[in-house]
Amino acid sequence: MTRRTVARTLVYLSLIAATILVLLPLGVVLLTSLKSSKELAGGSGALSLPDSLFNVDNYVTAFQDGRMLTAFTNTAIILVVAIGGTVLIGSMTAYAIDRFTFRFKKLVVALFLVAALVPGVTTQVATFQIVNSFGMFDSLWAPIALYMGTDIVSIYIFLQFVRSIPISLDESARLEGANAFTIYRKIIFPLLRPAIATVVIVKGITVYNDFYIPFLYMTSEDLGVISTSLFRFRGPYGAHWEVISAGAVLVILPTLIVFLSLQRFIYNGFMRGATR
Amino acid sequence: MTDTTQKATVKAAPGAAPAAPVPAPAPRRTRVWRGVTPWLFLIAPLALLITFTYAPIANMLAYSFTDWDGVSPELHYTGVENYTEIFTREDLFRVFFVSGYYLAASAVQIVAALYFATILSFNLRFRNFFKGVLFFPYLINGVAIGFVFLYFFQDGGTLDSVLSLFGVHTDHAWLGTPVSANTSLAGVSIWRYLGLNFVLFLGAIQSIPGELYEAAELDGANRWHQFRYIIAPGIKPVLTLTVILSISGSLSAFEIPYIMTGGATGTETFVIQTLNLAFRFNKTGLASAAAVVLLLIILLVTWVQRRLVPDDKVDLA
Repeated sequence: MTRRTVARTLVYLSLIAATILVLLPLGVVLLTSLKSSKELAGGSGALSLPDSLFNVDNYVTAFQDGRMLTAFTNTAIILVVAIGGTVLIGSMTAYAIDRFTFRFKKLVVALFLVAALVPGVTTQVATFQIVNSFGMFDSLWAPIALYMGTDIVSIYIFLQFVRSIPISLDESARLEGANAFTIYRKIIFPLLRPAIATVVIVKGITVYNDFYIPFLYMTSEDLGVISTSLFRFRGPYGAHWEVISAGAVLVILPTLIVFLSLQRFIYNGFMRGATR
Repeated sequence: MTDTTQKATVKAAPGAAPAAPVPAPAPRRTRVWRGVTPWLFLIAPLALLITFTYAPIANMLAYSFTDWDGVSPELHYTGVENYTEIFTREDLFRVFFVSGYYLAASAVQIVAALYFATILSFNLRFRNFFKGVLFFPYLINGVAIGFVFLYFFQDGGTLDSVLSLFGVHTDHAWLGTPVSANTSLAGVSIWRYLGLNFVLFLGAIQSIPGELYEAAELDGANRWHQFRYIIAPGIKPVLTLTVILSISGSLSAFEIPYIMTGGATGTETFVIQTLNLAFRFNKTGLASAAAVVLLLIILLVTWVQRRLVPDDKVDLA
């Protein structure tokens, strides 16, 4: 029995060690964000507590001078349009592939399948030229189009759900005279609600965190999203760790709130997205 | 284009018949309409797919055999020169060694994720708390993570302060030498991505029916036996998937090194180098060749995985 107790203790110790490893870097940044630049220069060490736990000066600086409001607005616009588009496109594709037999269906399916294997980072060199030729470079349209156009994972998620909707529902609606669009709009789409929730969460977090695409395609300062705006802190605040920390906390906070309130959906969503 | 679609849809109509419950042959107009319908749903998705996935790949292949600079109207066909340059110029080839650090980190990450998934699949106190803590880093913005860890490794930053608590005083610049910098960055990538692997493993383990453990316990199996004979086979598909994701992730590591060091002190990765070639040095041809090489490697790895573990879930049709 004692061996079991020892093993249990070791297990808990390893979990506590991991917790410290995860939370310590974040906690220190939170502490730093509450310190004044004088305190930081004082050299009391990174782990020391700030003089005042309610010192929000750095947050004000980060929010105003770091143009975080513009950043959050731009991110919100991109999120809403890109996610709306992804949901429509994904569900339409899944409906067409699962419910219809048509010529070249195998080819169409293969096109989507193979595209899922192509990592987006590799093709940006050439994608850039295409986006540029549409005149979308340095506009909100570039990330919106790219997020909508290259998301195969959500098509997979929708496909799994469309399959689980009994075909008899379509058929009885058709007998009552509904056409394919009515069936999609009135039957399939509403029943896809769980899939839509999954896609919105997974896609939302991915888009919110993406750095690569906005960095590449939206270079002007007015078009900063939260990733690129935070990245720009490096220049003017290079040595001002208290402001940079406040910016980082501002960016992490919404994610934490979403995570705490939607935990179960998030685990399931990412599992579905990755194992597709 | 319209012409072929029309013909195709008319011919496809008989194929669509079984789906329709009406036994009497539908009038010609309805049949045509039914044939066109799926294409109406697919036209926008396909257009986006071709414009933003297949057209770039085709263009990239074409650019890779030229010396194009990305802006001038002039370009010359140079054959496989770009490809030979990638594999013979040592400064270009070096980035593959940097991937080695991330590969090694992935191995550590997978083992750690397996360990935590296994212990947290049993009933433990504060299980959900630990699960949340381990997973949360995966959700954090990459730029924020970069800054958090720049401060962590900074002179007199988090790491130095913690070490001095234990009486270790060091003025080692963690991001100062190539080996130390790459190791640190790879460590950050473990911190960031461990959670996803962990949750995938945990999901796979929890989908194993509980009676199996009970039966094993009756047969006198200990925890190690349970892991070896019940858990390990149960998570094999997820494990191979994770290995593949790790390999392609290691090769295309970008955010953490770019944000933290910008590729300085020997931390340049394949993607950073490709982006620099394309957008800073205007060598679109060479960059395209590099991207083609990376794409081929990743497709090859995926193909090997599909051969090793035939996965029936991907069968869409």
